[in-house]
Amino acid sequence: MAPLLEVHNLKKYFKTKAGPLHAVDDVTFTLDTGKTLGVVGESGCGKSTLGRTLLHLTDVTDGKIFFEGEDITYPSRSKLKKLREQMQIIFQDPFSSLDPRMTVGEAIMEPLKMRGGMSKADMQAKTKELMDTVGLAARFEHSYPHELDGGRRQRIGIARALSLDPKFIVCDEPVSALDVSIQAQVINLMLDLQEERGFAYMFVTHDLSVVKYISDEIMVMYLGQMVEKAPSDELFANTLHPYSKALLSAIPIPKYPNNTKRILIEGEITSPINPKPGCRFAARCRYACEACSQPQKLEEYTPGHYVACCRYKELINIKEEM
Amino acid sequence: MAEKLLEIKNLSVEYHSDEDILYAVNNVNLTLEPGETLGLVGETGAGKTTIAKSIMRILPAAQAEITSGEILYRGENLLALKEKEMQKVRGNKIAMIFQDPMTALNPVETVGYQIAEAIKRHNKISRNEAADRAGDMLEMVGIPRERLGEYPHQFSGGMKQRVVIAMALACNPELLLADEPTTALDVTIQAQVLDMMRGLKEKLGTSVILITHDFGVVADFCTAVAVTYAGEIIERGSVDRIFNNPQHPYTQGLFNSLPSLEATSRRLKPIKGLMPDPTALPPGCRFCERCEYATEECAKKAPEIYEVEPGHTVKCFRARRDD
Repeated sequence: MAPLLEVHNLKKYFKTKAGPLHAVDDVTFTLDTGKTLGVVGESGCGKSTLGRTLLHLTDVTDGKIFFEGEDITYPSRSKLKKLREQMQIIFQDPFSSLDPRMTVGEAIMEPLKMRGGMSKADMQAKTKELMDTVGLAARFEHSYPHELDGGRRQRIGIARALSLDPKFIVCDEPVSALDVSIQAQVINLMLDLQEERGFAYMFVTHDLSVVKYISDEIMVMYLGQMVEKAPSDELFANTLHPYSKALLSAIPIPKYPNNTKRILIEGEITSPINPKPGCRFAARCRYACEACSQPQKLEEYTPGHYVACCRYKELINIKEEM
Repeated sequence: MAEKLLEIKNLSVEYHSDEDILYAVNNVNLTLEPGETLGLVGETGAGKTTIAKSIMRILPAAQAEITSGEILYRGENLLALKEKEMQKVRGNKIAMIFQDPMTALNPVETVGYQIAEAIKRHNKISRNEAADRAGDMLEMVGIPRERLGEYPHQFSGGMKQRVVIAMALACNPELLLADEPTTALDVTIQAQVLDMMRGLKEKLGTSVILITHDFGVVADFCTAVAVTYAGEIIERGSVDRIFNNPQHPYTQGLFNSLPSLEATSRRLKPIKGLMPDPTALPPGCRFCERCEYATEECAKKAPEIYEVEPGHTVKCFRARRDD
């Protein structure tokens, strides 16, 4: 059986005055029903653009996207409308992604109205059911978003995404605007829903402890490129790419005493406009060598664990020093 | 015993709007020893920032009112100072860093001018000397002094936060209030900035109150922790005590809600419910409704602060000893 989603060499470039901005450059992956792919990286690494490109919220520059075995890279308008029912997105900011003049009930019912073919009574019943599913009390049906806290607002976003029974949901930092105790409630809800309904999630985030928690597989992106991809536990146990190592070590761990050594990377992310060929992390990498100026091939280290670094084999045995 | 650097006694702050009174800070007591780094943690709306702004006396005068309490800085009550006297403290003895470096800097002045402004304000020195000191400060936070003449938009987010830190430390304050200084930054940049702040703190001997909701940052940076909830400090102790032996059910709940990198279970344990509405706080313990150990007593009466170990205090009846 074909995987639910298959992405081959996907590219998304934006035109800028200074030249093409390589937001997503040559990303390849597959995602099965019921699984979660975590996408991590820093601001500007292209992780949100990747999600938006998959949903055709922005055009594809090059590459192929298959959904349930069918090529959907350049869908027709009518095809796109059908696809949107199957592929949904939950946005980061529950404050700006809701229409302030729509009540909770109206906001959740909107996708049902757009699809059409349901009587008003059915839509109302479905709205009630959805509110119940995401844990919003019925008394909020006529409330406006500004009357609710961030956690409840994010639940509206989830209910909207669920309303058309999609198969694939892009979650673009859905919990980063929430406090920890609320964040835990929302993550649990998303996991419960996945178990019940078998959604595939693409979970975009910069919070690595969250991503480890909910992902089956994790992709690390740097300046539009996928530098490493592996099953979640494998990535944390055997981190190969120097950038992934630095990124993982930079997460502050809520533990005391905490003896993990931190690998500090010098400098900051460079511009994705007209990047030079070769490894984009090389300028900040302490192991950079001449070969790094050549395009990096993605190699398979163990089954399912891919890394794009020409020196990864030598580096496995190097102890990081501070 | 060493003199306390900062002592907050029974501080209460209210915000007034047309309809309601919002009880933001309620009877908070907090002390800070010289050289200490205190993490002030808690969720949005718990009153962390209001406490810091009360110390600086920069609460919005139109809505906010300090209804009771004293803030003693080296024994002197800041709340009783005249505004002119307070100006000598602000930025000089006590400085504050805000969460968002993009809005903390003036976009139409060079960073050099903005750092020098603080230095000139508190020291009788010439413009050239001030500019020279501003250059030193910039180098201290890891930015070449050649960039003094540049404007904030020419710097990245991490660099801007470094500039803000340079401004705050320019007059060598004894106490630095850092309100979520790294929340807006990426993790790798956060690691750089925290590393730099740690170095500066050791070099200059500055005491720090770090406001954050990230327990990872606290473990990394602080020596003591105070946990706020609904405008109260419900637990305070050393990092070791709070992380390894938390006593208040809320603190315990917070730790359980964190996704751990070592976790094997597929479910988090969130705290049920939400923080109470600060315009209508319950009469008893503020956490009562969400607490799995709550008794009738908790709903009626607010617990006092009990000391479970020297330096470790908890505002919960469960910490009361029966003797």
